[in-house]
Amino acid sequence: MTSVTPDSFSSAPPDVVALGPVAWAKKNLFSDWFNSLLTVVIVAVFGWGLLRLVTWAFTTAQWQVIPNNFGLFMTGTFPARLYPRIWALLAVICGLAGVSWGVLGRNVSRLFSRNVLIGLAAVCAFIVLFPPTRPSALKLLPMVALVAGAAAAGRQVGRKFPAVGKLLSLAWFLSYFVALWLIGGGLGLTRVSTNDWGGLLLTLFTAVSGIVLCFPLGLLLALGRRSALPVVRWLSTAYIELVRGVPLVALLFMGQVMIPLFLPLGSRPDRILRAIIALALFSAAYLAENVRAGLQAVPRGQNEAAASLGLNTPMTLGFIVLPQALKIAIPAIVGQFISLFQDTTLLSIVGLAELLGIGKSILANPAYLGRYAEVYLFLAVIYWLFCYAMSLGSRKIEEKLNTDH
Amino acid sequence: MAHDSGGKSFELKAVLRDERFWKIAFQVITLIVVLVLLSFFLGNLNRNLLQQGRAFSFSFLRNQAGFSIGESLIRYRPNDPYWRALMVGLGNTLTLVAGGIALTTVLGVVAGVASFSKNWLVHKLSRLYVGLVRNIPLLLQLFFWYFAIYGTLPRPADQISVLGLAFLNNRGVYIPWAGSAVLAMLGIGATVGAVIAALWLWQWRTKIRIETGVGGQAQTIALAVLGLAWLAIVTVGMNWTIPEGIEGGGVAGGLRLSREYVAALTALVFYTSAFVAEIVRAGIQSVSKGQWEAARTLGLNAGMVMRLVVFPQAMRVIIPPMNSEYMNLTKNTSLAFAIAFPEMYSVATTTYNQTGRPVEVFVVLMATYLILCLLITLVMNQLNRTVQFKER
Repeated sequence: MTSVTPDSFSSAPPDVVALGPVAWAKKNLFSDWFNSLLTVVIVAVFGWGLLRLVTWAFTTAQWQVIPNNFGLFMTGTFPARLYPRIWALLAVICGLAGVSWGVLGRNVSRLFSRNVLIGLAAVCAFIVLFPPTRPSALKLLPMVALVAGAAAAGRQVGRKFPAVGKLLSLAWFLSYFVALWLIGGGLGLTRVSTNDWGGLLLTLFTAVSGIVLCFPLGLLLALGRRSALPVVRWLSTAYIELVRGVPLVALLFMGQVMIPLFLPLGSRPDRILRAIIALALFSAAYLAENVRAGLQAVPRGQNEAAASLGLNTPMTLGFIVLPQALKIAIPAIVGQFISLFQDTTLLSIVGLAELLGIGKSILANPAYLGRYAEVYLFLAVIYWLFCYAMSLGSRKIEEKLNTDH
Repeated sequence: MAHDSGGKSFELKAVLRDERFWKIAFQVITLIVVLVLLSFFLGNLNRNLLQQGRAFSFSFLRNQAGFSIGESLIRYRPNDPYWRALMVGLGNTLTLVAGGIALTTVLGVVAGVASFSKNWLVHKLSRLYVGLVRNIPLLLQLFFWYFAIYGTLPRPADQISVLGLAFLNNRGVYIPWAGSAVLAMLGIGATVGAVIAALWLWQWRTKIRIETGVGGQAQTIALAVLGLAWLAIVTVGMNWTIPEGIEGGGVAGGLRLSREYVAALTALVFYTSAFVAEIVRAGIQSVSKGQWEAARTLGLNAGMVMRLVVFPQAMRVIIPPMNSEYMNLTKNTSLAFAIAFPEMYSVATTTYNQTGRPVEVFVVLMATYLILCLLITLVMNQLNRTVQFKER
């Protein structure tokens, strides 16, 4: 393999040399015989593959399976007459997201820069043009408007009351319970059995619940493993190592079977709750290791300085060490959340109808026999979008929190 | 403290203010909470199991299993006991782990190094691969390979022949293989032995050259002899059989890799390699730029700089996280159960469904995977020790 020095280490700015297409190709694709060979082989192999893919997508593939089942993919067997509740939930989330965006971006000169406008236009065009979303365009377009409007409003509010940022996390926390209420019913709304929760809705719900639950537990375990107290350290280490040594499928499956066994006779928590518990217990062990790495990276001097100021251990942890450790650990933590999101697919193995499970049940329908590639590609795009958005978000937060200029 | 005759309240306060007291108290409280929780859960478990009339015991492992398993390394019949069925599952898991680790290492390192390529296409391809594969769930990829790729291969009657050496059809992949299982083991053993011996010889040679300045001629000759011996064993000694297409479909000879195995291996390797590629990339990036420049000054070309100077140093950063990637791969083999590959987890689930013994089966499963992960960690730690800085 021909290689060059990694760019990221050059301290001087690179020389910007404008190259014509021919010169560019000569430099980047055909610099010597080996590179030329590589280029030719890659173009041949991938060109052929791409050609076959495109021909397949436009001739053989029968995409009808996607628009016909779009509702199933999104919400599973959630009763259609209660869809307004899902729309309300989406509106709540869009509104909150817009306000958060506005408040966080209160100091940028123009909230709707050219790129953002292009992005919004692209989303609107997608909603109008993509067949499965077209029937819902009349509801989806106002959602986009809601995000934009809330962002503009949030920016104004954020400028007047900078303290509103703190309320946002509380609002997000409360929105979780609003979501639970809107999906599950109760308190004046018709109840929806958890058997009817499904599709992307269930995927997102379990992922968010898992993340929320595993975070405090993972934090405690990480602190426990770093603790100077031997008993606490041994217990945390034992938990982390035992859980990390077992495949998640085994934990999930046995969680379905064994959680009822570990509880008093007759108590049988809901299937989804059992899955979420298993997911959270599993992720907490991994999260603990990420946080531990962050804790290890905080210099000991910080501890000593805090102690010399007279802070006790909980205060040192809460005000000095943890904020720094979590900041360092953000990329790893987000990576853990991404894998937790991906791990929700395993719920389809234990019989829950989340996104992949719905895909499986649609493929079992004789009308869509053999439409594997179409369905799985569609699902892959959805998962990819969510995971990519998360990693993009983490990079942005990292830049924002980066204080060592 | 004893000077004060004011009474116990002051002593109590002093104790409460003492950090040592709190340290011990906190540990005792934690221990009590954990023990109470454990006894609550285990007590419930015991009561529930007694209620169902199934006290904790592993005696069921000697009962007749009664189910058949699609593929196995060892001889297995449905009237064999459960423990033998579990061994079959373990064997299948191990083949998946071994194939997976070998291929992942190769693909991952290639993809990681490729991201430093001067060739724009190679560089972009490496980035595209990592960005695409890491953000799609493994189980989805597994289904995709199994159903949408290998599932659409032609029937045996119209099978695809790869240069007449290998065949692909919707029953599986047929590759050239050693004449018998014993010979295959010999070949694999010889390869592993040769690699270890070669590494050792190389280190010895380097050490001699550094310490005495002698050329290390003897070791070079030994290396060459070793290589020739290995080549002889692998080419001639293994009695290769090459699969042959039969008229009207089907294949004779060679080794058949079932569609389940190939799909699981492909998905696992593609998925894990994307993570390995990032680890390799980070490792190479961690080597300071001065090392590149110094090596280039000595007149080495880019490939040699990578091989001789940068990669050995990057290994120090690469090996520890590789350990956890190998462990992830090992644990993820359990997903192959979703496409009906009879690995450890799949056999364990069948065992549980037939015997209704979740706790015992879970203990067996947990112990197996823990031991596998422990073995990998042991090997990787050994490897880590050889590449770390030797501080004298």
